[in-house]
Amino acid sequence: MIEIRKLVKAFGNRAVLKGVDLTVSEGEFLTLVGPNGAGKTTLMSVISTLTKPTGGMVNIAGYDLADGAVQLRRQMGLVSHKTLLYDDLSAEQNLRFYARMYDVADADARIEVVLRRMGLWGRQRDPVRTYSRGMQQRLAIARSMLHDPPILLLDEPDTGLDQHAAAMLTDLLHEVGATRRTVLMTTHNLQRGLELGDRVAILAGGRIAFQASKSDLNSKQFRDIYYQYVEG
Amino acid sequence: MSYLRKIFAIVAKDVAAELRTREMLSSMFVFSLLVILIFNFAFDLRAENQKTLAPGVLWVAIAFAGMLGLSRSFIMEKDRGSMEGLLLAPVDRSAIYLGKMLGNLLFISIVAIIILPVFIVLFNLPAEHLPLLVGVMILGIIGFASVGTLFSAMAVHTRAREVLLPILLFPVVIPVMLASVKLTAAILDETPFADVQNWFSLLVAFDLIFLALSFILFDYVMEE
Repeated sequence: MIEIRKLVKAFGNRAVLKGVDLTVSEGEFLTLVGPNGAGKTTLMSVISTLTKPTGGMVNIAGYDLADGAVQLRRQMGLVSHKTLLYDDLSAEQNLRFYARMYDVADADARIEVVLRRMGLWGRQRDPVRTYSRGMQQRLAIARSMLHDPPILLLDEPDTGLDQHAAAMLTDLLHEVGATRRTVLMTTHNLQRGLELGDRVAILAGGRIAFQASKSDLNSKQFRDIYYQYVEG
Repeated sequence: MSYLRKIFAIVAKDVAAELRTREMLSSMFVFSLLVILIFNFAFDLRAENQKTLAPGVLWVAIAFAGMLGLSRSFIMEKDRGSMEGLLLAPVDRSAIYLGKMLGNLLFISIVAIIILPVFIVLFNLPAEHLPLLVGVMILGIIGFASVGTLFSAMAVHTRAREVLLPILLFPVVIPVMLASVKLTAAILDETPFADVQNWFSLLVAFDLIFLALSFILFDYVMEE
C-alpha cells in the first residue's frame, strides 16, 4: 500500500533522508520511531506530498508520487502535531470546508458521524480556539478521517497532549487500527508505538535502521535496540 | 465543476473566518479612511487642485489598505498551521491560488467601495462618476490582487515577510497603479475615452497577463 524505495531528501547540501526503504502493507499499522532530527517529519511531509523528494520512489495505493499527487492526496488523511484547523471557525465549519475540498458525499451526515465518534458532537458550533488541546487533536483526527481515507498518516499525534488526552488518543488509535486502515505513525513514545503498531521501525541517520514485527519484540528489547541505534 | 466548487469553498472559508473576527476588513477600512483624511487635511485643497490630487490619494489608500489584507491572507494560514491542510487537499494548487486571490479581491473591493463615497464627499467630487470609478477600481484591484496573492504566498515563507511583501509587490504593480490613476483622473476630468484608451488597454493587459502568470507559477511558489 505504501512503498518507499531509496528515498532521498536534501535541503541544500544537508541530506535529511539518505535512502529510506520502507513498505507498509495494506491494513497494517506501522510505527516509526526515531530521535529528534532523524527525519520523521520530513518523511511524512514527502509521503503526504507536501514536500517533493530529491530522489527515490514513493508509490502509495498504486499512485506514484511524481505524477499522481492530486489522486494520492485523496487516498490519505494526515494528523500531525499541528491541527491544520482554522481556530476562528467552528468544528462544523472546519469540517464542512474540508468536506467540500475532498468532495465528500452527504457531508452533513458524515460530519455528524465523525464528530460523534470523536465525542465532539454538542460542541460542533463552538469556535475551535475555545477547545482544549486534546479536543483540538480529536477534531484533527475527525478531519483526517472525514473522507474515509484508506491510508492514515500520524505524525507525532500525541505531541503536547496531557496524559488523559494522550490515553484518549491511544484508545482512538486502537479503534482506527481495528478498522484495518493502513496506518503509518511516527512517535517519540516507544511504549505507545509498540502497543499500537503491528510492526515497528527505527529511523536513524536518515535511514531505516531497524524494523520488526511487534510479535518478535517485547518492550524492553525494543527500548534496548532503539538506544543502541540512536546512540550508536 | 468540482474545481470551481473548491475555489468557492476557499473563498467562503475566508469570508466565514473574516466574519468571525472582522480583523482584516476593519483594519483595512480604518487605514484607508485615515489615508484619505490625512491627505485631505494635509493638502490645502482648493477647487483647482482637487481633481489633480484626488486620483493619487484614492489609489494610495487602496494600495496600502490592500497591502494589509494581502499580507494577512497567507500569514493567517501559515501561523495557524492550516496552510498544510489546504495543500493536502486533492485539488490542483491553481485552485488554491484562485480561491485566495478571489478572497483578496473581494476584501479589497469591499473596502474600496465603502471608502469611495467618503472620498467623493471629502474631495468635493461629483457623484455621477461613481459607476465608472467603481469599474476602474475593480480593474485596478484585479491586477493588484492577482500579483499580490502570488507574492504574499512567496513572502509568507520568509522571516521578514511583512517587509518583503511591499518591497516585492510595489515595483511590479507600478503599471497597474499608473494606469488606474490615469483612468481615474480621466473620469474626473471627463476626458474622452479615446485619449486614455492606451492606459485602459495597459490595465486590462496587465490584469490578464499577471493573472495567467500567477496561476501558472503558484505551484512552484508553494514548494518549500
